[in-house]
Amino acid sequence: MRAATVCALMFALSPLVIASADYESTMGLVQKIFYYHMPSAWMFLVSGLVCGVASVRFLITGDARHDRTAWAAAEMAVIFGLVTIVTGPLWARKAWGTFWIWDARTTSSLVQWMVAWAYLILRKYGGPGSEKLAAGLALFGTANVAFIYVSVNYWRTIHPPTSVVPKLPFTMGFPLWYCVAAFTLLFIVLLKLRVRLEEQRATLDSLYLSMDEQG
Amino acid sequence: MSADGQHASVTFDRVSVDDVSRHFGRRRAVSRVTFTVARGQILGLLGPNGAGKSTLLAMLGTLLRPTSGSIRFGTRDVTTGDVALRALIGVLGHDLFLYPELTARENLSFFAALYGIADADGASRRALEQAGLIDRADDLVSSFSRGMRQRVALERALIHQPRLVLLDEPFTGLDDASTAALVARLKGLREDGAIVVLATHDLDLADGLLDEAVFLRDGRMVHSVARPDALRSTYRRVMTRSPMPSGAEGA
Amino acid sequence: MIRLAWLILRKDLTVEVRSGEIAYTTLFFAVTCVLVFAFALVREGKPPDDGAAGILWIAIAFAGNLALGRAFERERQAETLRALLLAPAPRPAVYLGKLLGIVVLLAATEAVLVPLIALLFQARLLAHPFWMAAILASGTLGFAAVGTLFAAMLVRARSRDVLLPVLLYPITVPVIIAGVRGTAALLQPEFEGDIVRFWFALLIAFDAVFVTLSLWTFESVMTD
Repeated sequence: MRAATVCALMFALSPLVIASADYESTMGLVQKIFYYHMPSAWMFLVSGLVCGVASVRFLITGDARHDRTAWAAAEMAVIFGLVTIVTGPLWARKAWGTFWIWDARTTSSLVQWMVAWAYLILRKYGGPGSEKLAAGLALFGTANVAFIYVSVNYWRTIHPPTSVVPKLPFTMGFPLWYCVAAFTLLFIVLLKLRVRLEEQRATLDSLYLSMDEQG
Repeated sequence: MSADGQHASVTFDRVSVDDVSRHFGRRRAVSRVTFTVARGQILGLLGPNGAGKSTLLAMLGTLLRPTSGSIRFGTRDVTTGDVALRALIGVLGHDLFLYPELTARENLSFFAALYGIADADGASRRALEQAGLIDRADDLVSSFSRGMRQRVALERALIHQPRLVLLDEPFTGLDDASTAALVARLKGLREDGAIVVLATHDLDLADGLLDEAVFLRDGRMVHSVARPDALRSTYRRVMTRSPMPSGAEGA
Repeated sequence: MIRLAWLILRKDLTVEVRSGEIAYTTLFFAVTCVLVFAFALVREGKPPDDGAAGILWIAIAFAGNLALGRAFERERQAETLRALLLAPAPRPAVYLGKLLGIVVLLAATEAVLVPLIALLFQARLLAHPFWMAAILASGTLGFAAVGTLFAAMLVRARSRDVLLPVLLYPITVPVIIAGVRGTAALLQPEFEGDIVRFWFALLIAFDAVFVTLSLWTFESVMTD
């Protein structure tokens, strides 16, 4: 609970912190969105990793705890991925004039985000027994990261690119680390909450079952 | 008795089901069932649809893991990846497990080879003779009647001379002649020392055939009795009273 | 184990040759796909640049999806998949047998598609037959490897028809990209060997990783 309060406070203060950061010369005010975009992108990656690792552990041990973690992490991946994918184009529009560029990083992130979506769809519509299937999907999705990045990268750039993504110099200053800390805290709080929800559901199921047995 | 030499080291004389439960989420399929069946015995799982008979058979066939309790083959605990055990189990499912696009002979040869029998075609021929279908051997299974398909399916289940035979509703849709043949076959299996577990809701047929009867309702074991007779009246009496506490209670 | 996989493959091929259901419908569907693309993309008798490569691989992806769904649906009907799992065959052997069956089926479809597309879109797909076959083979294997595992996993699930593409396409993105770009490189007037080799290497790496992963996880994923 304390963590949640700290997290909420951090987010409440974040506009102030961001405002106090250096004004970026080439892009102006819009660049500030980067302070949300970058940490949420990192959390998206972390969520994907957590989901992948938990899925492998679930496939090996069959322990339902890992399955719950994997599901929660997949939801986190979709949420943080969504924030990333919304903030990215908003920034890009102002900075470079287009909403979307088909470069390696953005496109592979999009594909990985779709894999996370597919995981959730499978959990929701797959019926009983979809825990193992979803774990298999997460494993394949994680193993695929390198392949997706490489193939998308060379898909774009093996012929001379039509547009060049400008390199953005920015200072890795205090505001960025502040936001990273805030987002990390948010990720942990949400993950724990979600896992606890599933744990309670499982406890409820087993209570229900044991009550039935006495009846 | 097993056909595949490399699995000969695994053997068992009894199958013990000990306080076994299986649930799917909130749905309780099997709840705290306990029984034992030994060589040369036929055990009947009796109960209405949805009582958990098929789930129990799936667990005995090592396809499903119990969520609690244990199943033991002799002294060997069952795990789902147990290849050696699967070689000793024969299953006649409700859906017959036959490829309609293959002939009877091809179906049997395929499964014989799959179970590691050295002379698959020979075994297939012998099985067809045993079933009395040798003259229809090269016809596609899709052209067979239900009774004939059942006979082929039974041979398929028994082609590797399994120690444990599991049958799920084998009498469904059979005419009198086929039923009598099946009953005779089961009695023959019993004489050969196999362990037979039979799930059915056809009580008249089961009468006189079973050495043990386990009555299931809603996944729970409501009654179990050795050397049962008058199954129908027992069934009626037992299905309407409240379930037993866990642990078998002989009659 | 190879013996068992071969046994299963032979059985699948026998069944398929007898009924022809999956082969014919997949082939027909693939050809229809190509026609639809032709109507959509060909303008004034000329297809877009590299269009032939894209159309070929999209047709393979769609037809493959259909074939996978049908192949496992058939196993579901008499519960014969369950019979295969009950047999004392190691699970990876069952996977391998099924995988090879799908690959053969898709190869037969591609044997028709490639000349057809070359004809309809004036694309010189057969100019470098060895490389074309290599790209097709490695790409098909990768697609089928992932597809066979997912389709087998989904046999017992609800909404399985719709879930297969949802799961399959994001994961096989590298295969599609590599296949299309590799094929397109083969269509260029001057043969760009380095590019073709690069994409081929990517496909081989993908195949190695995902066939291995599938063999390892097939047992775990098929039991409950």
